[in-house]
Order: sequence, then structure tokens, then C-alpha cells
Amino acid sequence: MDVPILKQGAYLIATVQSALSDADLLGLREAIMASIGRHRSRGVIIDVTALDVMDSFATDLLCEIAQMTRLRGAKTVIVGIQPDVAYAMAHMGLTLEGIVAALDLEEGLALLDQGANGRKS
Amino acid sequence: MKTATDLQPEIATNSSESTKNTLRELVAHLRQNRTQLREEWLRRIFAAQLLTAMSRDEIFAEATSVYDSYVEALETRTLETLQAYAQKLSERIIPRGVETNEVVGIVLLLRDVMARSLFAKYHTDSRQLNDVLDTYEPAANSIAITVAVGFVRERERVIREQQEALRELSTPVLQVRERLLILPMIGLIDPQRARQLTEQLLRAIRANRAKLVVIDITGVAAMDANVANHLVLTVESARLLGARVIVTGLSPEIAQTLVNIGVDLGKMNTVGDLQGGIEEAERLLGYRVVPGSEPAGV
Repeated sequence: MDVPILKQGAYLIATVQSALSDADLLGLREAIMASIGRHRSRGVIIDVTALDVMDSFATDLLCEIAQMTRLRGAKTVIVGIQPDVAYAMAHMGLTLEGIVAALDLEEGLALLDQGANGRKS
Repeated sequence: MKTATDLQPEIATNSSESTKNTLRELVAHLRQNRTQLREEWLRRIFAAQLLTAMSRDEIFAEATSVYDSYVEALETRTLETLQAYAQKLSERIIPRGVETNEVVGIVLLLRDVMARSLFAKYHTDSRQLNDVLDTYEPAANSIAITVAVGFVRERERVIREQQEALRELSTPVLQVRERLLILPMIGLIDPQRARQLTEQLLRAIRANRAKLVVIDITGVAAMDANVANHLVLTVESARLLGARVIVTGLSPEIAQTLVNIGVDLGKMNTVGDLQGGIEEAERLLGYRVVPGSEPAGV
């Protein structure tokens, strides 16, 4: 299952549309890194609204993506984590250390804009 | 002859011809003498001072329905109608404050009144009296159990509902500014309540698009490792929804407890009191509170 990645100005928006297998997640990582290079993006938003569950593989991979994008000079924001999923993740100790999370796409973009302007929330 | 003491939809009796005849006679007798037996029953209810929460007219009306349902259950030897009736009756009388002992009491009184009238009718023929009682007693017991259990079940349902309502009431999530929520935690926080609190908060964060939450624990009755860990869990889940949490209202005692427990407080942003917490939150959200030119008239 390919995750569509759209370019919005200096940012990339990857919208997950259904449950992702481990292979899908690895593919997503490759696709994002390739896109950042191609478009010289400064920010990446990964929208996981459609996910009902997040396991440790997925959270580890998201952390990896954030680290890798940072090395390329881009900030990653995860948006759309559902309340039930957030609760389950916190319960299991999968807290996405070092990753910025925002409520939804709008918030995520605002966060990236703020970062760009040097203002901190 | 089987005695039906468990809850079956049918009254278990011997279905021989003679038993059927006895039952028909029994039901006919109870129908014929309905008025005076009902009167006698009401007299006993008042004498025993049951159903004091209801008026005489109400008791009379309910007594009539109960009597008829009782006889019908005997006649059809099925309890379904009676079960449905018992539930409706319980729904009516529980809000009136009728207690379990009263409901069981009046059903047993009716059983007695009917039994006495059977004694009176058949006392000259002890063999026939035995037959009648063999038919009557298991049925009367099933009926008593059905009504009592129906009542208790309805009561338990009401209590559960009230507990739910109480829980909802005591954990309000309040929006005080755009993007700012306040959650005052008050009272005893058991694991179930803690979980419900967090789930409620997360839903509210999403619904109100909150960026900041102030959780005030001034009113928390007892801080222990469970509550503390749940607080941390709440802070972490909120973060995954893009909201930051400020915990306020830590008394020196609670602060000491938390340090002793060794809860990872690095993840928590804390301020001494609620006022301070709100001010900090407003500052973070970019609000600046300045006095207006003239007070509005306070």
C-alpha cells in the first residue's frame, strides 16, 4: 500500500490511508527521504488519522523518519493520532520521544510555520 | 413433583390430567374470590406497614395488577408475562423509594392470603388439600422469586446508572479560553475513574482543539503511585494529540509523596497553584491580560 505524499510549498504531507504493514512502513521511509531530496523540503507532516492502532514497529519507524529528516534539515510532525490510539500508546510506553505531535493537519502546518519563523510555542 | 426454584420461563408442574384439573379449579377459585382476597391482602399490607412511600390509591391500583398477573401466571404456567410486568412495576416503584424487603414482603403476603383461602376451602378433605397445595406451592414460589429477582435486577441497573452519572459529573473538563482546557481533579481517583478521566480529556482536547491543558490536583484525596503514574500517562497521551499539560495544585505533602515514589516528573510541567497555572498557560498561548481603562462597575 503506497502512502501518497503531496508537496505543499516547502513541506511534504504524507497521508496514511489504511493499516500499514511493516514493509509498507519501510517503503514510506524511503519515499519520504527521496521526496525531501527531490523537493528540498523543510518540513514533513505524517498524517495517521486513519490508523486505529500503532505498534512498536510503527512508532520506532516514525522516530527514525524524524531523525533522518532532521539530518537532512527538515522537521517532522506527526498529526492525527486518535485519542484511543494515544491512550494505548502512552499505556505501552510508546511515547514517540523526540517527535513533535500535533492535533491535525492545520495544527501541524502552523507548527512548521512557527518553527520556520523561529518563534517557539 | 419438581419444585421450580430456579428462574425458568415456565412453572414446572406435573402435567397430568388431574393436576391440570386441580390447577383450573385453583385459578377459578382465586378469580371468584378476587375481591375479598385482594381486600385481605391489602389489609395485611397496611398492617405490616409496607409500601409507606405510596398512597392508598396507588397501592390499590398496583395490588389489583399484581393479583391479576399472579393468577394469570398460575393459569398459563409461564412466567414471561409476569417477568415483564415485574420489571415495569419495579421501574415505577423504585423512584418512589420502595425497598426490596417491601416488595418481597407483599408478594409473600399474597402467597399467604391465597394459601389460607385454599386451606379454608379444602380443609375437610385432606387428600384434596394436599393435591391443591402440591400444585399451588411450586407455582407460588416461582412467582415470588420472579418478582423479587426482577425487582433486584432493576435496582442494580438503576444503581449502576447513578454511579455512571456521578462519575461523569465529578470529572468535568472545562474550556476557559480558546485552546485552553482545565481539568479539576477532585476526590478519590480509582483506576477506573482515572482511565475515564483521561479518555474524557483526550476526547475534549480533540473536540476543542486544545493546545494547553491545566490539570489541577488540589482536590485529589490521596496521591499514590497509581494516581501519579496515571497523571504521567495522561500527560503523555495529551502530548500525542499536540497538547501540553500543566499540573497545578501540588501541596508540599503531595510533592513529597511524588518524590518519594520516584515518579518520573521530568515529563510534567508543574506550577504551584491553579491561578499560576492559568497565567502560565495564557502566556504560552500568547495572551496578554491587561487591565482595561475603567472597571465595568464591580
